[in-house]
Amino acid sequence: MVKLESNWLDLRTLDELALQKTPIHQLGAGTKLGTTLAFIMVIASFSRYEVTGLIPCVFYPIVLITLGRLPYQLLLKRLLLVAPVILFIGLFNPLFDRVPVAAVGPLVVTGGWISFLSISVKLILTITAALILIATTGIHAICSTLYRLGVPQPLVVQILFMYRYIHVLLEEVLKTLQAYQLRSCHNSGIGYQAWGSLLGQLLLRTIARAQRIYQAMLCRGYDGHIILETTAARKKPDLLYFAGWLLFFSLCRLVNLPQWLGTFITGGLP
Amino acid sequence: MSHHTLDITDLSYTYPDGTAALSALSLHIGHGESVAIVGANGSGKTTLLSHLNGVLLPTAGTVNIGGFPVTKQTLPQIRRTVGMVFQNPDDQLFMPTVYEDVAFGPVNMGLPSTDVKARVTAALTTVGALELSDRPPYRLSGGQKRAVAIATVLAMEPAILVMDEPTAALDPWARRQLIELLRTFTHTKIIATHDLDMALDLCERTIVLANGSILKDGPTAEVFRNLPLLAQAHLEQPFSLQNCPLCSKSMGNNTL
Amino acid sequence: MHMADALISPVIGGTMWAAAAGTLAYAARKVQKDGDEQKVPLMGVLGAFVFAAQMINFTIPATGSSGHIGGGVLLAILLGPHAAFLTIASILAVQALFFADGGLLALGCNIFNMGFIPCYLAYPFIYKPLTGNKPTQGRITLASVLTAVIGLQLGAFGVVLETFFSGITALPFSTFFLLMQPIHLAIGLVEGFITAAVISFVYHQAPEILQNTASGQPLGSLSIKKVFTVFLLFALITGGALSWFASSNPDGLEWSVAATTGDEELTAADEVHGFFAELQEKIAILPDYNFKPAVSEPVAAPVESGQPAAWPSVDTGTSLAGLVGSFITLLLAALIGKGLQVAAKRS
Repeated sequence: MVKLESNWLDLRTLDELALQKTPIHQLGAGTKLGTTLAFIMVIASFSRYEVTGLIPCVFYPIVLITLGRLPYQLLLKRLLLVAPVILFIGLFNPLFDRVPVAAVGPLVVTGGWISFLSISVKLILTITAALILIATTGIHAICSTLYRLGVPQPLVVQILFMYRYIHVLLEEVLKTLQAYQLRSCHNSGIGYQAWGSLLGQLLLRTIARAQRIYQAMLCRGYDGHIILETTAARKKPDLLYFAGWLLFFSLCRLVNLPQWLGTFITGGLP
Repeated sequence: MSHHTLDITDLSYTYPDGTAALSALSLHIGHGESVAIVGANGSGKTTLLSHLNGVLLPTAGTVNIGGFPVTKQTLPQIRRTVGMVFQNPDDQLFMPTVYEDVAFGPVNMGLPSTDVKARVTAALTTVGALELSDRPPYRLSGGQKRAVAIATVLAMEPAILVMDEPTAALDPWARRQLIELLRTFTHTKIIATHDLDMALDLCERTIVLANGSILKDGPTAEVFRNLPLLAQAHLEQPFSLQNCPLCSKSMGNNTL
Repeated sequence: MHMADALISPVIGGTMWAAAAGTLAYAARKVQKDGDEQKVPLMGVLGAFVFAAQMINFTIPATGSSGHIGGGVLLAILLGPHAAFLTIASILAVQALFFADGGLLALGCNIFNMGFIPCYLAYPFIYKPLTGNKPTQGRITLASVLTAVIGLQLGAFGVVLETFFSGITALPFSTFFLLMQPIHLAIGLVEGFITAAVISFVYHQAPEILQNTASGQPLGSLSIKKVFTVFLLFALITGGALSWFASSNPDGLEWSVAATTGDEELTAADEVHGFFAELQEKIAILPDYNFKPAVSEPVAAPVESGQPAAWPSVDTGTSLAGLVGSFITLLLAALIGKGLQVAAKRS
């Protein structure tokens, strides 16, 4: 079960990266969450034929990856894992949209290829933005911010509770799978004879665990309410960070910077 | 009457599926005593512990803690008096960080935040885990998890500490650390365990369970020298009392 | 399939976000009101269980390939619709953050497709009536398979609609539909049979677990109606507001309206489109170089060709300048990244 192990490893790595103390990590979770959402919104709002206008947006991930000391390889790996399905959908664009729209020398480009390129750029930008958020902030800080912003408590508790036990359950599932594989000749997956019992046993053990946790909670005075810690509100650097990026995003969205730059350099000549 | 005493009279418990787990069990544990509960798998250790803080309520008989019977009404009081350390720390550490987990009990007790903080700091200092405060529980080693689990209970300042297999799955060094830690506690201690050497180290009194009733209740040293009794209860003499495998010399006085 | 940020427009993403948020708030209140304290740890641990179980490969007999489960139906059966909905949403949120599955903007869509549909449509209207209060092995299998298949068909249809109305891909509606539905029929069958196997196992080993959830969850049609009302209300308000904003910008909703004009809803869509075109002319703040043709002939072109005329005629000059500019921008970005790295190391 290479997939499970590698996913778990990535999860732990992202979790560990969030413990760093770089300037980006020290910003408030709300600030980073807001900036990330604004970034993704701006990216998504670009026209389907926009490619050059999207390019300046790469400054955002590059600056954050560098200042936040994040490993390119991990982000690239996650990107490659997610990309194929999306690119498959995107590849239909050149098939269905064959209107020629641009020419570079003798090469005529159709609208479909342009929009496919646009999807690819958007894919890279949105995915790295989400991964950068978690790797510089951590799930705990994000959840306490969500709670402060008024997200219902049961949902916040659920995310935190689940995240806590993901690590326990992944280990348990991994051990079960290893035990299965050691005694089965084929390595590809779980045979249908064991579908119900393998997953069912795991499920029953999980439910028993939930009952034990509930008992442990009762022993420490649990009465249906969990009181969560709240984080402090935003500070001045946070506001500057948010405003700065917002300004940059707006600029990217409203002005096609590479187009300007290109026209300036080529002197507007064809 | 002291908060620190425990009285069980004619306790019987039958599980909903009809399995009789305890039958007419009686015992008294006094203030500051340190008692080991030993017995084979399925002898009723965990069922007995579950009665000490009302996780299970008796089918027949009574459990009195500090003079109060354990009933639905007295549960909040009982759970402040009895601190329960579960066998698997993963079941006990459910909050996002170590700090919040240790604070969970005091917060539920309705303490003001300064008191909560003081208690958390004190409890974590006692178990030597203060520097782990901000860590999430899944980033702790087995020994650290166990220490923090004990801190979560200490923060509630219980009179009686109940522990289920505290040394299970610990490496020898972490086990030794834990034993030394437990030795410093002045609480009334009740420890259910298969680790008979730890029982010998920590507890002056041992209760041997078999098939849901008490087979023997006496001074630990005496119980562990009674080889026929140990065999009957599916137990073995602690290693520290057995002959040395290298020189065949007896380390303890195990003649009957 | 997870919807992705790269394929979604802000209007669709935002609308589904708001609708999902509204429904989540409602479900959270329901779970809290329910007062079942035991559910807090149960939901947490079962969420973790499904999260981990999704990574198990199950060999599909006689095909040589393997599939996995989504777990939505399983959670609905074990937890009841409200708690299951919260649990699925939390799984999707963690996946979006850590694995970049889907994405943050598409999270609302994904919560709808994979949470709302199984919990509030498939489970109450298919699984519950089919199993009733006295489940048998045969009924459990039939109900699980049907619930999973129909749930996934609806979910896939959700993906098709959301993608189509976002208008980022040029896939015609019918093609995308014919592509998605059969794939998800297969996925649904696998999900259904695995769910059936697990539920049957639990039914034989620990029937009380299923009994508790079956009896403990009063599922009047009233509660489901309320959920739908909340969902639609949030969707309409946000969708309306967002599309008004977006109308100053000729992508997203307007484009998809233009694209649908090939269908039978021609007149209605035409009117809507005309309205947007007019509005757009009034408040357009982005008369960009590549938008102009769309503004000048907004209605006629799409009706004739079935294609949005959102691109200017071939202009080599702009293309070259754009290319050169993009290249220089990327170079600059790389340089600044390197510079920051050096600066960070020094400090």
